[in-house]
Amino acid sequence: MSETLIEVRDIGKRYGNVIALSGVTTSVHAGEVTCVLGDNGAGKSTFIKILAGAHPHSDGELVVDGEPRHFTSPRDAQALGIATVYQDLAVVPLMPVWRNFFLGQEPTKGWGPLRRLDRETMKRTTSTELAAMGIDLRDVDQPIGTLSGGERQCVAIARAVYFGARVLILDEPTAALGVKQSGVVLKYIARARERGLGVVFITHNPHHAYPVGDRFMLLRRGRSMGDFPKSDLTLDELTAMMAGGAELEALSHELTAELGQDSEVAQTMSQDVKVLDT
Amino acid sequence: MTAATQATAADERVSRQSTLTRVLRRPEVGALVAAVAVFVFFAVQTEVFATANGASTWLRSASTIGIMAVAVAMLMIGGEFDLSAGAMTGFTGLAVGVMTTHWGLPIWLAILISLLLALALGVANGVMVIRTGLPSFIVTLGTFFVLQGVDVALTKAITGDVAIQGMSLVPQYDQPHAVFGSALDVNGGSLYVSVLWWIVVTAVATWVLLRTRAGNWIFAVGGAQTSSRQVGVPVARTKIALFCTTAGAGWLVGMLLLFTTSTVQSNTGIGQEFIYIICAVVGGCLLTGGYGSAVGAALGALIYGMTNQGIVYAGWDNNWLKAFLGVMLLLAVLLNEWVRKRAELAR
Ligand SMILES: Nc1ncnc2c1ncn2[C@@H]1O[C@H](COP(=O)(O)OP(=O)(O)O)[C@@H](O)[C@H]1O
Ligand SMILES: [Mg+2]
Repeated sequence: MSETLIEVRDIGKRYGNVIALSGVTTSVHAGEVTCVLGDNGAGKSTFIKILAGAHPHSDGELVVDGEPRHFTSPRDAQALGIATVYQDLAVVPLMPVWRNFFLGQEPTKGWGPLRRLDRETMKRTTSTELAAMGIDLRDVDQPIGTLSGGERQCVAIARAVYFGARVLILDEPTAALGVKQSGVVLKYIARARERGLGVVFITHNPHHAYPVGDRFMLLRRGRSMGDFPKSDLTLDELTAMMAGGAELEALSHELTAELGQDSEVAQTMSQDVKVLDT
Repeated sequence: MTAATQATAADERVSRQSTLTRVLRRPEVGALVAAVAVFVFFAVQTEVFATANGASTWLRSASTIGIMAVAVAMLMIGGEFDLSAGAMTGFTGLAVGVMTTHWGLPIWLAILISLLLALALGVANGVMVIRTGLPSFIVTLGTFFVLQGVDVALTKAITGDVAIQGMSLVPQYDQPHAVFGSALDVNGGSLYVSVLWWIVVTAVATWVLLRTRAGNWIFAVGGAQTSSRQVGVPVARTKIALFCTTAGAGWLVGMLLLFTTSTVQSNTGIGQEFIYIICAVVGGCLLTGGYGSAVGAALGALIYGMTNQGIVYAGWDNNWLKAFLGVMLLLAVLLNEWVRKRAELAR
């Protein structure tokens, strides 16, 4: 097995007395994609915020490169090469692609009052880095807002890769995209993996996760439903676990609302959900 | 190999894009067209407008407005407003006037102190905006009223007058006068040094905006503040520096006004703050931030200066200036909005 970059053991997060996440165990390896699946409110964002250093975890262990860590700021995570591409992508729509690519880490030349952006390097690097990820842009000078959602997502990924990310965390990169655009993004996730990065791919769509994933961690209502290598799980099983859980749960809620908590049917249903949960 | 072929293919598609579209997408194009139109109009309509003598007057009025408009444009690109910018021009001029004519401070020292006061007020504006998260519109409206009160009341309390008197009798007055208030004789007209300052300020601002890291950050904090912070742009530092820039520009204009006319009124600059914003918007700045140009703002000020004086030369009622400004502003806002939509929409 390839180098283990991150290991998460029994990790949990409490916000006051709200338990947003508990008992989550998984790992991220170089050149592999770890998928985190779950419905809305399952705790996916909470989980990646722990990895990204946005919130410290309250239970369990986070081990990076064999050393236990407790991130207190995103900088801690960034310093270890853990880069996060959030859903809003952290881009400035009206600025050209090449300015966005280097935003916050602009290379300069000259000194004193003549210290200026190294525009040639910036534009050339943007082009070549995007090309290396297989992104074919008309023009790096166009405002990034004119790119399609998928292209923007890819620029954000390419940027993270260029700036030395070893672990790339993607928060629902395909959630707002159509089928074709999602395909494009999945292709770049595969590219990043080929380049040896460890990828954490958050999604609620098993059909997006399965083709690119090497390992699947399922979350439901803040609890882990298990952590499976691809060899242990077929797409059908994955889909069944996702859909089955969600449907049962929704139905159970509906019934409880309709028939009252004490009704026999509702109780059986919620029993079933609990069984699936464990 | 594939990358190389792709790059060539990409280049071909770029060249197929019309160069005209690219030029038209520059923020300052609208202002340039309008400036040429206004110039031609008054040059044809009046005798004096296009003479050296006529031009020296409208260039001078455009220059001081222009310096402020450029600084305000940078701040607006950074996503903020400074309503205290106009009162600042009066405040700094009055400060130097009072310190020299009434307290007998050496003139250069007074000039330096007034600069430090301006920068301190700029920092105060910036810190208040950043710390409270309140709109800068409200915060600097507060600073504006404070400055207005101080300008008028304090000047009156100290000097017993509404203007600075006897400035030219201050020892070494000639030195700052040469730097801030002199004029060159060109072809029978006067080229005021403020016009040179205006050009320098516009050039430096353009350089900063387009060629430096700071410029990149200014566009970024105005365009998407949260995103900028996420990628490590020093948001607070950038914004505070911008408020210092408008305050510093206010100081420069204060000096230009004081040493060109050797006096300054206690109400100088009050009411001008919106003119600066209008010039910046006419020059292509978006009110929502993240987009605009220093050259555009300078052109906006040129349009203002030309119209202001052109109406006088044409012998019209001066109030037409206001109506004209309103029309320009509306046209500019519509044009800018259209440009922004085009820039933001996927093709
Ligand atoms: N800052 C917070 N304070 C309190 N509860 C929170 C906070 N953030 C998330 N939660 C709760 O934790 C749960 C998981 O949320 P989240 O991780 O955002 O889910 P997902 O990203 O899978 O949709 C939700 O029930 C949410 O209400
Ligand atoms: Mg989420």
